[in-house]
This record gives sequence, structure tokens and C-alpha cells, in this order.
Amino acid sequence: MFLFDNLLCMLLGISFTVWFTLLLVFIIVPAVFGVSFGIRRLYMNTLLKIFEWATLRMERGAKEKNQQLYKPYSNGEKSKELASLEQEMQEMRRSGSGSALGGAEFEMSDIFHFCRRGVESIVDDEVTKRFTAEELESWNLLTRSNYNFNHISTRLTVLWGLGVLIRYGILLPLRVTLAFTGVGLLVFLTSLIGLLPNGGMKSFLSEKAHLMCYRICVRALTAIITYHDSENKPKNGGICVANHTSPIDVIILSSDGCYAMVGQVHGGLMGVIQRAMVKACPHIWFERSEVKDRHLVAKRLSDHVADKTKLPILIFPEGTCINNTSVMMFKKGSFEIGCTVYPVAIKYDPRFGDAFWNSSKFGMVNYLLHMMSSWAIVCSVWYLPPMSREEGEDAVQFANRVKAAIARKGGLADLLWDGGLKRDKVKEVFKEEQQKLYSKVLVGGNRTREPTAA
Amino acid sequence: MGSRASSLLREEDIEEIKKETGFSHSQITRLYSRFHSLDKGENGALSREDFQRIPELAINPLGDRIINAFFPEGEDQVNFRGFMRTLAHFRPVEDNEKNKDPTAEPLNSRNNKLLFAFRLYDLDRDDKISRDELLQVLRMMVGVNISDEQLGSIADRTIQEADTNGDMSISFSEFIKVLEKVDVEQKMSIRFLH
Repeated sequence: MFLFDNLLCMLLGISFTVWFTLLLVFIIVPAVFGVSFGIRRLYMNTLLKIFEWATLRMERGAKEKNQQLYKPYSNGEKSKELASLEQEMQEMRRSGSGSALGGAEFEMSDIFHFCRRGVESIVDDEVTKRFTAEELESWNLLTRSNYNFNHISTRLTVLWGLGVLIRYGILLPLRVTLAFTGVGLLVFLTSLIGLLPNGGMKSFLSEKAHLMCYRICVRALTAIITYHDSENKPKNGGICVANHTSPIDVIILSSDGCYAMVGQVHGGLMGVIQRAMVKACPHIWFERSEVKDRHLVAKRLSDHVADKTKLPILIFPEGTCINNTSVMMFKKGSFEIGCTVYPVAIKYDPRFGDAFWNSSKFGMVNYLLHMMSSWAIVCSVWYLPPMSREEGEDAVQFANRVKAAIARKGGLADLLWDGGLKRDKVKEVFKEEQQKLYSKVLVGGNRTREPTAA
Repeated sequence: MGSRASSLLREEDIEEIKKETGFSHSQITRLYSRFHSLDKGENGALSREDFQRIPELAINPLGDRIINAFFPEGEDQVNFRGFMRTLAHFRPVEDNEKNKDPTAEPLNSRNNKLLFAFRLYDLDRDDKISRDELLQVLRMMVGVNISDEQLGSIADRTIQEADTNGDMSISFSEFIKVLEKVDVEQKMSIRFLH
């Protein structure tokens, strides 16, 4: 009995040592030095082949039953006739009910235009689908993204089961260990560095520490990131803006460069991390009460960028997480400060794991669990050339210009809608604009603008 | 989570909806997925709030009238069958196969499209568009930008032109007559992708 226990202990001891050595050699040391063995890319390519095979099997299964596989819309298929209100009205007049006068009369058929537009938006609209996970063409062996349950053969089920085993049994514990290591090291090292006097040495060490810990976190998510155009990387005294899909965006950008973060002061674990980070280098954390005061916020941001020794600020102007198929309205606050803006486009590859955080459906812990039990997070980051506000351009126009550039580079749809629509109702003023447009068509230039009870 | 929608819709249901509305199999599954994504309460039926959550519909001046068209008299919930039945009015006419059931009029016939539009005007569902109802709908479309007097004269002129039997309101047959030269089939159809 005793001998057996001894043996067991020895075995456990050995396996732990082996485990941690492997961890150190293959993951932590490369993270510290910023090199890569290329294992993750190999992993990615293997997975892609498996997914394609899985989809083919499902298609075959579907064909046998004489049905079609559910295929989601892809951006190219949709065709929306965006004829303007006026054009439609003119057309209706021409084929209309024989009214002798030109365009300025009401026809009972005018209702058709609103009717059709309304039903079109019920069938498919540009906004509500941005707040749920993107639908995929081929199945990636995750239950959460499958719509064709009745077409799965036994072979596929076995493969899926294997996938679950690997993801939850091997990958998840590995990743959680790494995550704890990364975060723990971050807190520990930054607190240590905080004891040093301010100066070149402190900034240097702080940079190295931050980079190292973020790289460990990147491996904790098995994130495979491709950075493009690194010559445009943000410099001190500027603001970096990027499209927002998930809290992971921060980790992805920070593992390639050092930024000053902006955010609200949190309690709990987040608070501990925030306090530690700010000891090593200046980040901008706001108290909850200060967030409402826009002047205060603007002042602190401007002060920060004025100091050229401080790191560039990282801001996500959409204000909320969008599902990475589009870029929504940018809040103008960061564009009013008047410094150089460095736009960054982040595009996730949804085939390996959906990075979008649907905060109305899942909490943070649930979300992180999803992230760590997906196959991988694959994304591309493009650093765009810096932009500044031009003469005669106001903050809103500047914001839209930056947004268009980011959308174009990342291959995302450029929308004017506010990301706040995830939670709030659309403002009445937009309906009033539609009404105004129609009134103009109806009555032409001479309108009696008396206020009337609606 | 996500749209596991197609697995909740049974084959028999799909066949019935196909017969009744004329949509194809893939169109029905796609629209079911859409229905499911709009149904935030996940109770298999849509309420008026679910529709109003669509921003493009919420800013449509006639949004409320259109939403109302989905709900039968006195009801607050519409299930998938009802949803499809209403949407079927907007199927393009060319999509009808020749060998359909000849006895029942398809939901997307010219007549039924006109009936849909008529019901948008007819607020109290009494099969007549009174001056008052016409005024209310006009007011929805123009907001505060046109005076009461001007709107009133527009309504009067419209009724005068359409009313043939002198009862100062527009019946469905008078409505059809007014719009006989309008290409209703094209104006009241939307493209459903296969």
C-alpha cells in the first residue's frame, strides 16, 4: 500500500515537472522574448481542413435526405434597392392614377413606399444583426454555431465528441493556467516596478513587463494574430482608435505595443489589476462620477497627450461591442482633442471561435469560458496611417472619416447607426427626418410651417 | 443561443406553410431564423415591442401601422404561421408556379396586396376609409411639417376624386379603381432570397 502511494506521488511529481517544463519552454519563454515556434499556425491549418471535411459530410447528409443545408446570408448576396424617397415618389407619379398636376400632390399609392420599406426591414435589417454572433458558412465543430442538427452523421458526432474532449479536457485547463500566470505576473511585476523612481529605466522595464504578460495572455487564448503595416504603429502623444468587438481587443493590441488605457475604476480583481498597472506607467482611470463630466474627461485626455513621454491612449469610440461585421457610429469625444489619431482595424476570423461579447446575453466569466474553450482566436490587425483633423472639418466629420477608413481596411460594413441601439430605442428625431422628407415631396417648396398638434 | 432555429421547425409545418404561402423550403427556414432572432422572449411568438426593436422600422412614419398588420384583431402576439402569412403578401407575383391550387387565391395576388394597403388606411377595420382616418394616416406620414388646413384640403380632394357613391368615404372597390393604373405587383413586392 505504502509503496503504491509512493509510486503514485513520484508519478504525479514527474508529470507535473514535465508539464511545467513544456509550458515554460514552448509558451512562456517565447512569450517573454516575443518569438514563436509556429505551432499555432500549424494547429490552425489542420483545424481548417477538418472543418471543411465536416461541412462536406453535412452537405452529403443533407443531399441524401433531399434537403438543402441552411446557408447564412453572405454580404455579396443581399441586394437592397436604396432608391431615395424622392426617386420613388417621382416614379410613382409617372405611373400614377392619372393626376394632371406634376409631383406635388398626395396619391393614395404613396403609402406603398413606406409599406415596402417597412416590410423589407422586418425581413432583414442592417442593425439588429450586428448585435448577435456572425453566422458561418462551414461548421466549426462547436455546438453553439450549428444550425443543421438533423444532418449530422455518426462519424461527425464522434468527431464533435472528440473535439469537446480536447477543448474542455486539455485546452481549457492549459489556458486557464496560462491566464492565471499571465495576470499574476502582471500584477506582481508592475507593483515591483512601481517601487522604482520615475525615469528611463522604469519606462523600459515597465514596457518589457507589460509586453511579456500580455503575450502570455495571448497564448492563454491561443490567439493567432497577424499584424500588418507595423510602420504605422501609434506613437507617444497620439490617440489610437480601433473597432470594438470584445474585451480581448485590448490584449491583442497591447501584446504588440504599449498603450495607456482609459476606463472606469472597477472593484474586485479588475480593480487590483488596474491599481497595479498604474503604478508602473500612467494609465487613465476614471471614477464613476467623473465619467459623466465630459469636460473633465476631455481635459485629462488632452493633458495626457500633451506630455510626449506618456504612451499613446487606446480608445474604442463605438462605446460598445459590435459583432465584427460592421463598424458603427464613433462617439466624437476622442476626436475633439485635436491630436494625431492612429486608426487600427481589427478583424476576427469567425471560423475558429467567435470573439464577439454579447453582453446582454452572457456575463464576463461565461464569455471568458467560451473564449477559452473555442479552438482558437484568429485575427488580423491593420495599423492605418495616422490622420489629423483637417481645416473646416468638425469632430463628427473627422470621426466618420476615420470610421470609413477602418471599415474599408478591415472589410467591414460602414454604418451610421449608433452602437447604443443594442440597448436603447432609436431616437424620435430620425423618424421626424423621414416625415420631413416626405412632406417636402408632397408640398414642394411652399410649406406653411405652423406648429400643429400632431 | 445563436440560431438553432431550423431544428425547432418541423418538416410538416414547413410543408403546410409552403402550401399556404408559396414560399420555398429554404426561404421558410431563413425566415424562421429571422423570426427566432427577433423573438427576444423566446416564447415562439412576436409582440409589438419585438418589431419596434428594429431601428429601420421604428423610424418609418407608418411603422406602427405596418406592425399592426401582423396582429389579428385584438391579439398581442403573432406566431410564425401568422408572420409568414402576412409576409406572403409581399412575394413577387412572378414567383408563383403555374400548377398551384387554382381554387384559392394566392396571398400575393394583386387584390390581396391592395387589400393589405387598404387596411393600413382603414384604422377601425370597418372596410371604409373615412376622412378622419385618412387625415390620421396623412398626419403620421408628414409629422408636424404641414398645417391642419392644408392636410384637410389634401384629404378632401383625395376623397372627392375617389368617392363614386357619395358616402364621403372610400370603400375597397373605390380604392381599387383609384389605383387601377398603378403597378401594384411591383410596388408591393420585395425580393426574398432563395
